[in-house]
Amino acid sequence: MTALDTLNPMSPLAAAIAKLFAAVLVILGLIFALVAVLVVFAIVRYRERPGAQLPRQILGSDRLEIVWTAIPILLLAVIFVFTVKVMHAASPSAASRSPDLLVVGHQWWWEVNYLKSGVVTANELHLPIGQRVLIRLESADVIHDFWVPRLGRKLDAIPGHPGYLWLEADAPGVYLGACAEFCGAEHAWMRFEVVAQPPAQFAAWEQAQLAVPPVPRPAPALAGRKLFVARTCVNCHRFAGTSADRHVGPDLTHLADRRMLAGGAVANTPSTLAQWLKDPNSIKPDSHMPNFQLSDAEVAELAAYLESTK
Amino acid sequence: MKGYELGETAVGAAVGGERAVWAPHESLLGWVASVDHKQIGIMYMVAAFAFFGLGGIEALLLRIQLAVPHNNFLSPETFNELFTMHGTTMIFLVAMPLLTGFTVYLVPLMIGARDMAFPRLNAMSFWLQVFGGVMLYFSFFARGAPNAGWFSYAPLSESAYSFGSGQDYWILSLLVMGIGTVAGAINVIATVATLRVRAMTMRRLPLFVWMTFVNSFLMLMALPILNAALVMLLIDRQLHAHFFTPASGGSAILWQHYFWGFGHPEVYIVILPAFGMISEIIPVFARKPIFGYEFVAASTVAIAFLSFAVWAHHMFAVGLSDVFNLFFAVASMSIAVPTGVKVFNWTATLYGGRLRFTTAMMFALAFLVMFTIGGLSGVSFAVVPIDWQLTDTYYLVAHLHYVFFGGTVLASFAGIYYWFPKLTGRMLSESLGKWHFWLSFIGLNLTFFVQHVLGMMGMPRRVFTYPDLPYWGALNMLSTVGAFVLLAAVVVFAWNLGVSLKHGEEAGDNPWDAWTLEWATSSPPPVDNFTRVPPVRGRRPLWDLAHPELADELQGRAA
Ligand code: HEC
Ligand SMILES: [Cu+2]
Repeated sequence: MTALDTLNPMSPLAAAIAKLFAAVLVILGLIFALVAVLVVFAIVRYRERPGAQLPRQILGSDRLEIVWTAIPILLLAVIFVFTVKVMHAASPSAASRSPDLLVVGHQWWWEVNYLKSGVVTANELHLPIGQRVLIRLESADVIHDFWVPRLGRKLDAIPGHPGYLWLEADAPGVYLGACAEFCGAEHAWMRFEVVAQPPAQFAAWEQAQLAVPPVPRPAPALAGRKLFVARTCVNCHRFAGTSADRHVGPDLTHLADRRMLAGGAVANTPSTLAQWLKDPNSIKPDSHMPNFQLSDAEVAELAAYLESTK
Repeated sequence: MKGYELGETAVGAAVGGERAVWAPHESLLGWVASVDHKQIGIMYMVAAFAFFGLGGIEALLLRIQLAVPHNNFLSPETFNELFTMHGTTMIFLVAMPLLTGFTVYLVPLMIGARDMAFPRLNAMSFWLQVFGGVMLYFSFFARGAPNAGWFSYAPLSESAYSFGSGQDYWILSLLVMGIGTVAGAINVIATVATLRVRAMTMRRLPLFVWMTFVNSFLMLMALPILNAALVMLLIDRQLHAHFFTPASGGSAILWQHYFWGFGHPEVYIVILPAFGMISEIIPVFARKPIFGYEFVAASTVAIAFLSFAVWAHHMFAVGLSDVFNLFFAVASMSIAVPTGVKVFNWTATLYGGRLRFTTAMMFALAFLVMFTIGGLSGVSFAVVPIDWQLTDTYYLVAHLHYVFFGGTVLASFAGIYYWFPKLTGRMLSESLGKWHFWLSFIGLNLTFFVQHVLGMMGMPRRVFTYPDLPYWGALNMLSTVGAFVLLAAVVVFAWNLGVSLKHGEEAGDNPWDAWTLEWATSSPPPVDNFTRVPPVRGRRPLWDLAHPELADELQGRAA
């Protein structure tokens, strides 16, 4: 059962849905069992036997028709009442509340902005446990969909049509999220993680993220920084403390602290980072990050720079 | 038993000069130039079967890629092309033409007519269908197939994100087929409205005819929505308009309203004729009339009306207002009621019957149970919060395949075993049929049941690969194995068709002792279908002739 994320909720929002889902599954299962038993019984009981008489030619029964019209209607009416209730519990209105986070879907990564503190990150969203945050969801290109099964409903990120979504986690942990609306070649690797932390840890994380990394001392990292600015990296990425301030690709300031790379395609390790810089397509074939034909030395320097903020 | 010998008379008699014009020629030209509804019906089915092969191969490739996590068997681009083509093929090039094939073949025969109301229009519809299908597949040779999914959400389907010409081929081919479908719908409506044999009142109409008649109204109203939207998308792509491009003031959501405004009725378009077949087959092999004829027919009308008010249940994740969502939740739940009425009436028909388990009947019974799974899992999508969790996951993939495979395909298999003797004069092999049945039944459940679980675990649909999370690999592997069992089933079926066509047992006019009019003529029927149509005094003309003492009309209800 533990792997059934949608039935294993970790927030009151998801719990409301999971309860309803479990109840509806039971009801549907019973109806199915009823039909299956009726059919199987008929198969066994009414199979043709040699020499059997022609069956009685029954045309129908109004009484039965009423029964099997009325009972489903009643059942559905009950389900409907709970639908309305759970809708409000799982996705309360966000009117008159300014969002805490701005999440923007890009082909194939998620940009995360903490509107109150100014932290910018990607593909990894940190939350203080027990607090309900409001996300404003946008898209920079096509339709994506933000979904963390254990934390609640999914919501489309639609260009030109911002959406609002609550997110909350009961207990510390890492909760897997994914883009759930087909959005092009690398839709599969548009995954993300929600890291729920006790409030103190979360505050520390936020402080660390806000820190502007100093110009690194060691030679390779320093050379990497020069390359970063000289190469066109700055045209697509943001790196606090440098001229790089674009959001075509993920913010790289504290990349070294993140768990995954390239929308979940690989774990973030020095070697996968180097592989990514060498040839992004070897990890994520259609990613919008170009291959710069960097030499191994350049890759090492760039990687050293990106890792230097750890 | 047979009280009425008919259709055994040689075709050559009577009728005269007209026959020369309508007479089918067995040559290739004879088929291509045919306006005979039977030849056109068979051509529809053959075309559908050919595309079923292609769509099936696409599905197998997809399943191989998904068999294990982090697989590299297909590139993401190829995967996306294949699932787009698989969906588009199965809906537009298999389900639609197959059911249309049954419709144009059977409707005139069942109502005692000589042909469709507009035979030439019928041929036009068919050839537009073929042309559209070929054009869609030509895209593979012209810079790549479409890859934005079978519902081609904007702006992904716009030129900024889908720059190959595949998307344009997709638009044009659907448009061409859509025009053919609208023409076909008009044709069926006109046929049923005007060409029924004397005394075949609407209350005596076979249920298959009822359902295809109602279905034609659905097509007539739904396809133009799609056609209009396709033209708008084409204008966007080719002439740089902005209907669906948010970056320049258009609306991405508008496309969804149009597409599902068509798309949900479409779901019923590809299931209602299947309901019709089941409503014919189950009674014949239960040796009883359908239980609650009026209710089965009326529930079809109810489904048709409701199907135009449920489209936005495909859009609950868009984030529209609660009131909007609730309206569509109510409508979507309501549609379960008439659908349930059908299932219960079919089941009730079995009770007190004398069931003969021919392959056709076995498929029909499997339909009853499998479609129920698809229908019930569908209810979970009407419950908005559950939809918020499960839409766009493998749970949805499982649901739609229980409806289409468990529903439309199983019913069509039943229909083919049932009517093949009429179409060809020969019986399909029952022993191969049993193999076909069991392989289909096991393969279907193995492939698709586990997908419910994957969806509940959080696996999104349309991913070309997935991380190695607990159970994901194992369940996907099971699903892939199931797909190969289905392949075996289809191979057995194709073998059965080929062998039986040549060597099958002679069928005679009415091998199943059935009672609708198509069984009152020879197998295959002569060009003009009937030398004499037997008198229609109830819903089961041939039954009435065989069992005058039990005739329906004597029981007062089936007037
Ligand atoms: C044309 C814009 C563009 C340029 C120029 C560019 N990148 Fe990227 N980069 C991207 C995009 C887009 C992504 C996200 C790819 C994905 O996950 O699909 C990315 C991802 C990355 C990542 C992984 C981030 C993560 O969180 O997964 C790293 C590291 C990176 N880029 C480094 C660089 C470096 C170093 C340079 C300069 C040599 C550079 N990029 C130049 C667009 C660009
Ligand atoms: Cu996406």
